[in-house]
Amino acid sequence: MGVAIDVQGLTKSFGSQQIWNDVTLTLPPGEISVMLGPSGTGKSVFLKTLVGLLKPDKGSIIINGDDLVTLKEADLYEVRKLFGVLFQDGALFGSMSLYDNVAFPLREHTKKSESDIRNIVLEKMDLVGLSGAEDKLPGEISGGMRKRAGLARALVLDPEILLIDEPDSGLDPVRTSYINQLFIDLNAQIDATFLIVTHDINTARTVPDNIGLLYHRHLAMFGPREMLLSSEEPVVRQFLNAQTIGPIGMSEEKDADELAAESGQELPPLPPIPLQLGTSDGTPRRAEKAPGEWCRENGVTPPPGSFESGNAGVPGVNQSRDEAATR
Amino acid sequence: MNLLTGPLKQAGAFFAMALDVLRALPKRPFQTKEFIQQCWFIASVTIVPTALVSIPFGAVIALQLGTLTRQLGAQSFTGAASVLAVVREASPIVTALLIAGAGGSAICADLGSRKIREELDAMEVLGISPIQRLVVPRVLAAMLVAVLLNGLVSVVGVAGGYFFNVVIQGGTPGAYLASFTALAQLADLWTSEIKALLFGAVAALVASYKGLTAGGGPKGVGDAVNQSVVITFMFLFVINFVVSAIYFQVVPQKV
Repeated sequence: MGVAIDVQGLTKSFGSQQIWNDVTLTLPPGEISVMLGPSGTGKSVFLKTLVGLLKPDKGSIIINGDDLVTLKEADLYEVRKLFGVLFQDGALFGSMSLYDNVAFPLREHTKKSESDIRNIVLEKMDLVGLSGAEDKLPGEISGGMRKRAGLARALVLDPEILLIDEPDSGLDPVRTSYINQLFIDLNAQIDATFLIVTHDINTARTVPDNIGLLYHRHLAMFGPREMLLSSEEPVVRQFLNAQTIGPIGMSEEKDADELAAESGQELPPLPPIPLQLGTSDGTPRRAEKAPGEWCRENGVTPPPGSFESGNAGVPGVNQSRDEAATR
Repeated sequence: MNLLTGPLKQAGAFFAMALDVLRALPKRPFQTKEFIQQCWFIASVTIVPTALVSIPFGAVIALQLGTLTRQLGAQSFTGAASVLAVVREASPIVTALLIAGAGGSAICADLGSRKIREELDAMEVLGISPIQRLVVPRVLAAMLVAVLLNGLVSVVGVAGGYFFNVVIQGGTPGAYLASFTALAQLADLWTSEIKALLFGAVAALVASYKGLTAGGGPKGVGDAVNQSVVITFMFLFVINFVVSAIYFQVVPQKV
């Protein structure tokens, strides 16, 4: 079972440039959360702060009662064993084969025999669909394969928390759908807490249980998927529907003139909320909620046509549920 | 404000890293394989250029001293002076230039490219300290190779000096060899080796620091390499001066 990450008042700046200010949120245990935000809003910095690679200026990150911010170096290395992290380009060790890369954490942190290690490594490589590529070097394979190999390495110590940095950058839509499906299936299997950092709205609309949006140096909103997808809040609405009308401009923020010019324009209606991506074998995840449950509980009327299909007008999203429904 | 605090912060961070390296030295398991690989790597990029540089270096010293001693009427001391010049100053400096220029730049580029590929972050997240794992073996390897290279430069430099003095300038072989120990003493060799040891350590530490703090993509790595070589050179000449000054205070000279 995954553990919760409790973030309180986190603030980070590089020199005089503030990255984000007073970020407070709780990543619920065992659930998949997505952190969204326009390019350059410090999403990757947030992720690196969560593992203690960067020290925040203020605030606390509580995991299992330990505050990561004030923890000593030696204890930090211990807490990090709870984490699996998938970096943008996989961050594989260039001098080692894929097999040695995946085996690395096991050889460093466990006293397992080489044959045990071999079994675990081959199992994880198979899980991410890399059987047969064990002897390749990271330089010899494509970006998507590097990402999957990085995922295998992150999974090998059975992490309680999985942090994933831009799984879709540099991947084609089909591979992105496959990797998203893989996250859902993994979550069902290992029940870890997932945090995916991305700016791909297809991923954000269909994969997570919770969505957070970083914008203009603060956390604009964090909450259940249905709450953000049905939100009328201008920033959230603009970003989750990839529109040009709204407060986000080409360079971070629109100026007053541009906003005033837009004021008369009518916003397009919210698109329907798609169904959440299910596991590939149809078994429910522990964290999964019934479609529309949050909307009903909170008296929110979802946009018309919601929860009818898995793609809801957005292309490139897995449609296995629709097929299951029509069959 | 920033003009003052910027360099101070850098210096502070550098010494903090050097201290971390010192603290990580006794930690087990020692990375023997990495150490041997790095020794081999640094040696392989420095041996040939070092030999090629030290021959003309020895020759220049021999030429200068050959002329100077003739002008002063002290031809019989040509050998003594050239051994002194090569062992005391020339050989540690040549070693330093090559360790910093060839070995240090390679270390910095290697660590810097790992840094921007997030390999080092991944390593830390996997609970491995890059200092213990990567920096310690590199620093030790650079120190060992510097000491050995210094020996090589001394031998090649003295041999080159002998060749130019005796064969080119027509000096007497007997006088050259006989005066070898007239001024030089064993302490000169020890100082020379201590200098080389320090140079190796500093070159590897600066290169590692610059590599570990590289940022801003491939261009950042290029800048880091450039800076690491320049900074190392400046450090080395200061250390060279300080060690020489201490040496003359501590070790009594032959009269």
